[in-house]
Amino acid sequence: MTAPVLRVAHLYPRLMNIYGDRGNIMCLRHRCEARGIGFELTELGMGESFHGDAYDLVFAGGAQDREQRGVAYDLLATKAAALRAAVEDGVALLAVCGAYQLFGRFYRDASGAELPGAGVFDLSTEHPGVDAKRCIGNIICEWQPAGRRSRPEALPAAIVTIVGFENHGGRTRLGPGARPFARVRHGFGNNGEDGSEGAVYRNAIGTYVHGSLLPKNPVLADAVLAAALERRYGAIELTPIDDRAELRAHAAALRLR
Amino acid sequence: MAPRTVAAILAGKLAARASRALGRGGGTAIAGLVAARIDSDVIPALAGQAAHGAIVVTGTNGKTTTSLMLSRIAHAAGLRPLHNRSGSNLMRGVAAALVQDATAGGRLHAPSRTLAVLEVDEATLPLIVPAVRPRVIVFTNLFRDQLDRYGEVDTVAQAWQRALTQAPPGTTLVLNADDPAVARLADDAPASARVLYYGIDDAGAGGSAEQHASDFRTCLRCGAELAYDVTFYGHIGHWRCPGCGNGRPAPAVRVTAVGVHGEGTRMTIVADAPDGEAPLTLCVTLPLAGLYNAENALAAAAGAIALAIAPAPIVAALEGFRAAFGRQERFHIEGRDVEVMLGKNPTGLTQVLRTIAARPGRTRLLFFLNDGIADGRDVSWIWDTDYELAQPGAVWVLAAGSRAEDLALRLKYAGFGEDVPVERDEQAAVRRALRETPAGETLYVVPTYTAMLRVRELLARREGRAAHWAGGEEGDA
Repeated sequence: MTAPVLRVAHLYPRLMNIYGDRGNIMCLRHRCEARGIGFELTELGMGESFHGDAYDLVFAGGAQDREQRGVAYDLLATKAAALRAAVEDGVALLAVCGAYQLFGRFYRDASGAELPGAGVFDLSTEHPGVDAKRCIGNIICEWQPAGRRSRPEALPAAIVTIVGFENHGGRTRLGPGARPFARVRHGFGNNGEDGSEGAVYRNAIGTYVHGSLLPKNPVLADAVLAAALERRYGAIELTPIDDRAELRAHAAALRLR
Repeated sequence: MAPRTVAAILAGKLAARASRALGRGGGTAIAGLVAARIDSDVIPALAGQAAHGAIVVTGTNGKTTTSLMLSRIAHAAGLRPLHNRSGSNLMRGVAAALVQDATAGGRLHAPSRTLAVLEVDEATLPLIVPAVRPRVIVFTNLFRDQLDRYGEVDTVAQAWQRALTQAPPGTTLVLNADDPAVARLADDAPASARVLYYGIDDAGAGGSAEQHASDFRTCLRCGAELAYDVTFYGHIGHWRCPGCGNGRPAPAVRVTAVGVHGEGTRMTIVADAPDGEAPLTLCVTLPLAGLYNAENALAAAAGAIALAIAPAPIVAALEGFRAAFGRQERFHIEGRDVEVMLGKNPTGLTQVLRTIAARPGRTRLLFFLNDGIADGRDVSWIWDTDYELAQPGAVWVLAAGSRAEDLALRLKYAGFGEDVPVERDEQAAVRRALRETPAGETLYVVPTYTAMLRVRELLARREGRAAHWAGGEEGDA
């Protein structure tokens, strides 16, 4: 059998990259290459259409309000419908911060103007206004990894901590069609009130945690990788790799306040 | 002057003296804090006495070096620069510099020869402009930096626009034509303001490297994605908007040629002269490396030209320039060379790493990553920084600082090895790095802001040099 290849679409890498989001791509590439898994990256920018069949994983990162506006309309015009269909079909997706907001139903910015979302997640985000405090700081949350559909017996039971940094003005509320990605132990999460962080729908994860997110959360990185590969290759055993530096950074971040 | 203002100046001077007596550094910030607390008119009352007015330097990167260069140029031109040195760039730092220069009666020492040269924090500009009423404002560049403090880069851009509405009539705005976020400030300038653009015309200075630390990729007028004929670094380059035709303005003060010269830089600056006279040409051999330092020198020259300073003192001051606090600052410790290069945001640090990569021979690298308020609590920017650039020549590396573990992980990805050693304590890290550097070799120390303050103090002590910068020192960031 030929070695599996992870095909990643990175949406708007030039416009949505404000908080070290590149680290997530570097991490996925590293964790594939260390295991002999191929890695193909396609960057999709303004005006370029998205074809769900061509990718196993979609990634998009954070942006400022100004860039977010242009991206929102482009997303709707060229990619949103195909993205929704791909997620329904089980394609993995990871959206951080600004992209997480844009993949909901709508984003109401600080001026009250409403940006339409791609509708991947059943959630909406409102910025309470320029005078409202942004949600800024180190964040620690607890994530319950879901079982793999093809291997229900391998359900990982342990709660896994997720560490990073958040910086967002918008407050996100989930609808009944999405469930939280994690519970906040320290920090704000979706809205600073209900203790929820991020959203999950099928193999799509949206989150406010950057830092970069994946490098020092290697368990999550592998879960994303496994879910992305599973659709085309079935359950793949991800061999352990040297995570000493990763786990040391994770442990150090657990002490941050 | 109001009695209250005089009392405030006196109280500030006493506070500074008390702080020095207690050994709490040079007492820079405290003097300003105390004086400004008592009377908010301290800054306008003192700045207004400087017969040559004030020049203000702001921007994300390069403001410390550029303002220090301007101060040296002013000195070479026979003026008496009143300069808030190195990092004391909030309101209290500016107040402190003025208070320390004043007599107890509230008079500057030599007002007829004084030019205030003020480095000002980006977000503080709207407060400073009405208080000091500058003749000239130099803008260096705008990049992401301390997003946890400022929120978004756009917040800073908006603060600058607010500041410009308060600029006094006839102010000259000295703007970096190569930075679309700075060049556009001309749109917000009051009608009475003069605009002087500076930029690097030499396309050969451009790099082809991928630019992921770029912050302004869309046109600030129409929102279309900008195109670049030449990229120097980040979003600095020869830009144009395919959407609305907006583009890099032709700079009146420009670098026509720039190249590496030994451990420094040789550059030619051409400046349009008023009234159709022949342009001025300044050939400068700058004792600093890196395109960003050529840009700092260009910004300083443009600021000096806006002040009508002649070419000779500009060239002399730039050629005799000694590095600012922690910016390519060199120490000699028991036969070793130690060079400290501050790196506090992705664009600045990537430029520093490029400069180190251009140095011949094998390198020993001591990186610090702190997450203090002045550094930025969010360290995700290290993933936008090209540590890879410094990897090929490196024979030894240590990740240090309060976020040493994050840094070690980033360095692993940059090819420095699975298990980059980690040392949180600054003193232990410096000691270990010096032990690992044999006599005759060079150690490069690349700290974030708060680490730089502590590290250069440790190095100065090891070298036997006074820890505080003569005549002033770091107050606040």
